[in-house]
Amino acid sequence: MPILFVLFIFTLLISISVSFTRNDKTRETIVSAGSIIMMLLDVGFCAWAFMQINAAGGSIEFLMPETLPVEIFNYVIIVGEIFLFVLISVLSIRHDKYHCIILSFMGTAPVLWMDATGHSVESGAMLRIDTLSVLMFMVVGLVGGLICIYSNGYMHDYHHHHLDVEKRPWFFQSMLFLFLAAMFGLISADNLAWMFFFWEITSTISFLLIGYTKSEEAVNNSFRALWMNLLGGCGFTVAILYSAFMYGSGNLTDLIYKGAWAPGIVIPVVCLSFAAFTKSAQMPFSRWLLGAMVAPTPSSALLHSATMVKAGVYLLIRISPLMTENLAGVMVTTIGGFTFFAASLLAISQSDGKKVLAYSTISNLGLITACSGVGQPAATWAAVMLLLFHAVSKSLMFLCVGAVENATGSRDIEDMHGLIVKMPKMAFIMTVGICGMFLAPFGMLVAKWAALKAYIDSNNVLLVIFLVFGSATTMFYWGKWLGKLFAVLHQSETLRDIVHKSEWYVMYVLTGLIIILCTTFPLIGQIFVQPMLSVEFGVTVGQIISDSDVRVMLMMLIMIALMPILAIFLIYNRKEKMTMSYMAGANAGDDRHFVDAFGGIRPSYLSNWYMDSYFGEKRILFPSLCIAAGFVIVLMILAIGGAIG
Amino acid sequence: MKISKSPWLLHYDASSCNGCDIEVLASTTPRFDVERFGIINTGNPKHADIMVVTGGVNDQTKHVVKQLYSQMPEPKVVIAAGICACDGGIFKDCYNMSGGVDTVIPVDVYVPGCAVRPEALIDGVVKALAILDQKRDAMKNHATCEVHYDNAGKGES
Amino acid sequence: MNYMILIPIAIYIIFTPIVGFFLEGYDRVVSSRLQRRQGPPFLQPVYDLIKLFEKQAIVVNNLETALVLGFTIFTIFSGCIFFAGGDILLVFFAFSLADMFLVLAASSANSPYSSLGSQREFVQMMAYEPMTLLTAIGFYMVCGSFNVSDIINQDVPAIIRTPGVFLGYCFILIIKLRKSPFDLSTSHHAHQEMVKGLTQDIAGNVLGILELGEIYEEVFLMAIVALFFVTKNPMSYVVGIVAALVVFFIMIVIDNVFPRVKWSNMLWITWGVTLSLAGSNFLILTMLKMAGI
Repeated sequence: MPILFVLFIFTLLISISVSFTRNDKTRETIVSAGSIIMMLLDVGFCAWAFMQINAAGGSIEFLMPETLPVEIFNYVIIVGEIFLFVLISVLSIRHDKYHCIILSFMGTAPVLWMDATGHSVESGAMLRIDTLSVLMFMVVGLVGGLICIYSNGYMHDYHHHHLDVEKRPWFFQSMLFLFLAAMFGLISADNLAWMFFFWEITSTISFLLIGYTKSEEAVNNSFRALWMNLLGGCGFTVAILYSAFMYGSGNLTDLIYKGAWAPGIVIPVVCLSFAAFTKSAQMPFSRWLLGAMVAPTPSSALLHSATMVKAGVYLLIRISPLMTENLAGVMVTTIGGFTFFAASLLAISQSDGKKVLAYSTISNLGLITACSGVGQPAATWAAVMLLLFHAVSKSLMFLCVGAVENATGSRDIEDMHGLIVKMPKMAFIMTVGICGMFLAPFGMLVAKWAALKAYIDSNNVLLVIFLVFGSATTMFYWGKWLGKLFAVLHQSETLRDIVHKSEWYVMYVLTGLIIILCTTFPLIGQIFVQPMLSVEFGVTVGQIISDSDVRVMLMMLIMIALMPILAIFLIYNRKEKMTMSYMAGANAGDDRHFVDAFGGIRPSYLSNWYMDSYFGEKRILFPSLCIAAGFVIVLMILAIGGAIG
Repeated sequence: MKISKSPWLLHYDASSCNGCDIEVLASTTPRFDVERFGIINTGNPKHADIMVVTGGVNDQTKHVVKQLYSQMPEPKVVIAAGICACDGGIFKDCYNMSGGVDTVIPVDVYVPGCAVRPEALIDGVVKALAILDQKRDAMKNHATCEVHYDNAGKGES
Repeated sequence: MNYMILIPIAIYIIFTPIVGFFLEGYDRVVSSRLQRRQGPPFLQPVYDLIKLFEKQAIVVNNLETALVLGFTIFTIFSGCIFFAGGDILLVFFAFSLADMFLVLAASSANSPYSSLGSQREFVQMMAYEPMTLLTAIGFYMVCGSFNVSDIINQDVPAIIRTPGVFLGYCFILIIKLRKSPFDLSTSHHAHQEMVKGLTQDIAGNVLGILELGEIYEEVFLMAIVALFFVTKNPMSYVVGIVAALVVFFIMIVIDNVFPRVKWSNMLWITWGVTLSLAGSNFLILTMLKMAGI
């Protein structure tokens, strides 16, 4: 218990001290040292909590520290919520975005009213840690710490390239740490009101970071993100009110354990799912995540791929036992499956690296959402695994794209042509990241395998169709990106390596993490995920993936690892002849220029296929948003109406 | 087994009037059916064993001919199909002509005719197959090691 | 670990080329007879492959060689999982990995034609991928297991309950076997607008390795056709083999009858067929399952 507080307070302190340090060198030292200590604390906490959980069997609850009365924390939260409301109001008035004030008021006021009039329910534990929270702590702490270290070098280069942006890296980095502290709170909270408070903090920080550059586009995008997340917050508030008045309970765990046979349980579940949709950028609310890409890359990596958007699906995974075969489950699986497919179609037409990553994030979150909506242990297992693999791979991809952008001045996939020659190390790391997202022996596919099985077992034909078609389109957009990286340009030189050492270290560590995850996923499943599922679903959850399959996958991994060695033997001392690639015999000295009909030399340019007239944003974004919105509205009405009626 | 059992063709029109080209293509049709000998018209120098050139070589095509030849893996043979490919034909004295294909790359079989008859061409190909086998034997006896970057056919401006 | 599974794997690795050469020879002879010509000798594919291994290696870069090798190794590997009675979904996943190696090899050549071929191959993969996964799912729904060893121990052949899936799978075989009208990325036929597409810059013995991989792939794909007919009864294997040959013959006829289509036609037609045939089959199967039949 104390170590959790130390972790929380320490992260807060780093955040505060960074925000007051104007000297670049000092601040970078604080950030690096702070991140490393934070990661150590985090690992220490996880180890401690894990032992405690094993001893207690299931989960550990913290009623509240005995030395401090609960009221103090409640006052802190009340003050914090009022502060957030005032902050949002002031900024909204300054930018003439009054709708945000209304939404913020609608979300905050009922909770405050409950606290003030004593309607709030404080039964049971305020904090609860189980093995799922431990996993989340690992992801948030480790990935978050690494990204904070990375942000040192990145922000340095960023302000070097973007002279028009006001230089406030202290603000940026302090927000990153503050965000991490809020995330720690969010994943350990069990009291809904506390969870809501941290939920709103992450929304607000995301809003502040998106608007970091203060350009008109950034401000507009940040307000779009804000209003969507505040709208979701309103759903959260309704869920809090409902469970307090109907069940006299303010705890998520109570809701899960008692709720299964409580009447009308669908209503809070639908409301919480709605909140999760906005947070995890599911289809009608997906546009804010695209807009969020204007923010500097570390925030995209940390908030908009690895952690904050995971808060939504984390909540869904938590409440997934309540979605077994009811309309809430139908809503969540339909929206998730649809988002998975539609976002992966949209990703095909994008050439901006970060936009592809954003769409792919939305798409994968859709898959996780769909898995958690099935409400079967096997599907939820897949959801947790997807969450893990996605967090690590996607943050690595974001960091790579950011580093490439700083090194070459572009983050367009077309400009990554021949990266394997220009920046071999980077291309290798990116390959691991991309393969981790969709290829066979790597993580995501393992989870997809489990997901597919669970969908069939739950007789969900629509979801199966979404999944198989979504997988196909996912393969297309990642594959053509990989193809770009792999193009070997003749007579081309390696670019000067201007990526900071610290950035390299971070990317190496993340690459290592992916490989470790890929080789140890059965263990992770056994140690962390299955006990949690057994407790939540109340049944003993056995092994999800059979031993023989695991063996085959490990064999494939080993074979891939051996491939380069084999290739070296094959290539070494071989009687072969290097020629230029075929350009109808008209190459002009290399494979990038040809002789045209007038005898002049022209460069050739190879581009990927984007199919903009088929899968472009202009063509399918609006219809798919409409369809998804229709799904959400109709299914919400059906679910809530059915529960009331 | 003889390598000549599976000869793949590359057909290149250096400056032909298309008369010979049509006959080359005609020999792949069911009437003449060169696939009886396992011959396939690949169109890709990297897969080809036999290069069939029609028409004489002029200033614009000589680099292309050279380059295509350099992109073919050993062993390989070249057939000059039609009288223009053999020595320039009626275009011989044109200002831009280099002459026959042998002015640029070594030619193994000459098949004259204007236009070349498919029967004659098939006969030439069968002759070329014998040379292909010889070359393969020679290659086996004196394995060469070439690991260099080929810059043939650098374009001119 | 059960060492008995090594026997089918060994048989597969050793005898597949023979079966593959038979299929390829059959293909070429039947094609030429359909075109009313004599055509090559039946052993022509063998001659071709031996020749390729005798030729000098011409490469554009060394990465390409490694990737082509990856294609062949993983194709053989996924066939091994299949014939060892492994998980059929995993087999398809390993297959798409192998395919990915091939496409990346073409991309790495950095030539216009290779690039064109690789982009088209991506589209082809996008077109057939849903159906391959649905095929595996079809077996799962009928047999309750993804394992091939369980699928072949059924009392009734899978095709009885999955005719739609079977037809859909046969449809994507046209793409997989690189038959016209869907041979967009590369083709065994003569000179065309993208020359050799995918295999443009792969030459000599590297091309030989690639062709070998494709032979293993072909045999594996036809084995899945047979899998639809296989039951406990040993005679069913004969039925399966005959069915595979018939399907292969139909593929050859289709190849010779249709001209190549545009990519968008291929994509929409294939997805449409997948949805209508396999999708409706699944709906019916699910309803039967929910009704407890």
